[in-house]
Amino acid sequence: MGNLIAKRPLGVDPVGHGDLVLAEVDLGRVTSVAPFAGADVARVLKPLVFPAPGVVSSKGDARLVWTGRGQAFLFGAVPEGLGAVAALSDQSDGWAGLSLTGTGAVDVLARLVPLDLRALVPGQCARTTLGHMPLILIAVFGGFEVLVFRSMARSAWHEVEQALRMWGARAQC
Amino acid sequence: MRITCPLCGPRDRREFYYYGSEDYLTQPEVGDLDAVDAQLHLRDNVAGRVRDVWYHEAGCASWLVVTRDTVSHAVEKVELVANVKGILAKTKLKGGAA
Repeated sequence: MGNLIAKRPLGVDPVGHGDLVLAEVDLGRVTSVAPFAGADVARVLKPLVFPAPGVVSSKGDARLVWTGRGQAFLFGAVPEGLGAVAALSDQSDGWAGLSLTGTGAVDVLARLVPLDLRALVPGQCARTTLGHMPLILIAVFGGFEVLVFRSMARSAWHEVEQALRMWGARAQC
Repeated sequence: MRITCPLCGPRDRREFYYYGSEDYLTQPEVGDLDAVDAQLHLRDNVAGRVRDVWYHEAGCASWLVVTRDTVSHAVEKVELVANVKGILAKTKLKGGAA
């Protein structure tokens, strides 16, 4: 079989207001990691650590993001031997990523996410909702990464873009 | 109403799914049909302190036991079902509404 071209969930151009930019993020390889009870994952995951609730462990481009009780998403290559100590499942094509960075990111997302986003600092994450969509929210420098199910990518983009435009319009008044 | 998830912190009630009485965490002995009937259908409608099973559906996907007051709406305690080891021992088979 020839090389197939991976289709991105959205394939849209970034939109913004001032220095606030909403863009699609290529998540790369995403793997769900659920350690077996009592298994020693620390040794295999090094230099990453299995994150406490609401925490992101990162080293270079590799990230391990807490996504639920006993579960984290690994962004990047899967270390050798991890499959022996944790249940792994490939999530790469299951999720779509948006990034919202710049002045006002907190105010725009506050219209859609029922959390106090001012309290989130880079290195933290949360499971919550975007409108009614299940959400993995990751705080990054200057803004957020917003991960939703791939099937909801367009709805999520629409919601955030609409909130961004309304916020931008108000800011101009 | 806000429920403080042991993992996620204080969250809005709409992130949670209500399952039902804590009684559902125990099962009657096989063959005891009266106990099965009671467990499925007979519940007290308490005005006051209740313990219920909730699911943090839009959050960390934990099953929780929430102790709250149906009169004041105050939430007294939220525990992970997984952490409450004694929970099964505590809620003995009662053969009826607790």
